[in-house]
Amino acid sequence: MPRVAFTGNLKRHVAAPETRADGANVGAVLENVFLANPRLRGYVLDDQGRIRRHVNVWVNGNRATLESAVAADDEIYVFQALSGG
Amino acid sequence: MGARILAATRKGLFDIRRGKAGWRVARASFLGDILSQVLHDRRDGTLYAAQSLGHFGVKLQRSEDDGKSWREVAAPAFPKVEGKKKGPNVEYIFALETGGRDEPGVLWCGTVSGGLFRSPDRGESWALNEALWKLPARKQWGGGGFNNDLPGIDTILVDPRDPRRIVLGISTGGVWQTEDGGGKWRNTSKGLYAEYMPPERREDPNMQDVHRIARCAAAPDTLWLQHHNGVFRSTDGARSWEEVKTVKPSKFGFAVAAHPADPATAWFVPGVKDECRIPVGGRMVVARTRDGARSFKVLSKGLPQRHAYDLVLRHGLDVDATGRILAMGSSTGHLWVSENGGDSWVLVAGNLPPIASVRFA
Repeated sequence: MPRVAFTGNLKRHVAAPETRADGANVGAVLENVFLANPRLRGYVLDDQGRIRRHVNVWVNGNRATLESAVAADDEIYVFQALSGG
Repeated sequence: MGARILAATRKGLFDIRRGKAGWRVARASFLGDILSQVLHDRRDGTLYAAQSLGHFGVKLQRSEDDGKSWREVAAPAFPKVEGKKKGPNVEYIFALETGGRDEPGVLWCGTVSGGLFRSPDRGESWALNEALWKLPARKQWGGGGFNNDLPGIDTILVDPRDPRRIVLGISTGGVWQTEDGGGKWRNTSKGLYAEYMPPERREDPNMQDVHRIARCAAAPDTLWLQHHNGVFRSTDGARSWEEVKTVKPSKFGFAVAAHPADPATAWFVPGVKDECRIPVGGRMVVARTRDGARSFKVLSKGLPQRHAYDLVLRHGLDVDATGRILAMGSSTGHLWVSENGGDSWVLVAGNLPPIASVRFA
């Protein structure tokens, strides 16, 4: 299962431990993470389910979108953009 | 009354109390976070604080122990629009109010994006007011000074006589009101005009940039309105508006406070004009009328009169239930209090973050 890690800056607001979750793309993996941690969803996605404007998602060190395909040994990293502070 | 002020700022929530030695900051919460609104629910003592986290979006916090601890509850959010890439998002909580006295737990929330939301259960859940959102006229609303692209509902006034009667101020979108709790809405901007529009659209009700509206609690048909290009008053329950030309030293501003008992008294905080948002002459003043706008007195005692460039934002001025104590917070982080209706002011804190909202609790 892909590994998912979140910026430590989220911890001030909501629990966001590193975890593993199933899914064929970033969006599906995150949906599975949010099933177990519903409050986290609103910190990463906006009302329409888009990645928030000032949140970035990377897979194995490359900028990704919700549609980006992921493999079982991939690492997804969700962190805050430099913008938006 | 009036012994406690809550200030929502760019970098935290400040709880300011009056003690024997005067006013002081008693507690700071959410340090480092952007706070847009704070609300004390007099019906049950609950506090609410709206956050606008730079990266992680709009959140709503609730405290049931007077601000000692907080718990995140649901924030208003638009329903997901399937098949559309550009569906709406709540960008900012711009107004947060309680429902009527006999509606325990009911909250109203105005947002930037222009959505109005209602919670029946103290913020556990929210529903978009679809009747307002689906009005064809809404598409004519425009961005105001706060956000160049998106309109914001900055004022929600629930009529103390009947909570189904609600007045909204929208920047920009004019004055709207409902008499049936949000089932039907009508624009009641008659009398307002927009200097910034081409002549043929000056009186367009949906083009009116309503910065803030305040209502006299004891005479709810009297309302005072700070518009982008002037001050207006209604004496018929916000159905129509008359320009107040006597305000001085200028007619531009954001904030307004209405005396809770005397419909003839209101306060404004003028700035030079829309393209120069500083006090006239660098002198911080408050304009007060006590005779129903026939005249204004410029109040400056205790306020800086040299090189003061403070702007008081829409929610940055409040008056307590006695009408004697006022709180005023500026975009430069100054918080002043007057205990004599504005005749004189004391600086309570001079190094706060930019203040979005002050409220007596």
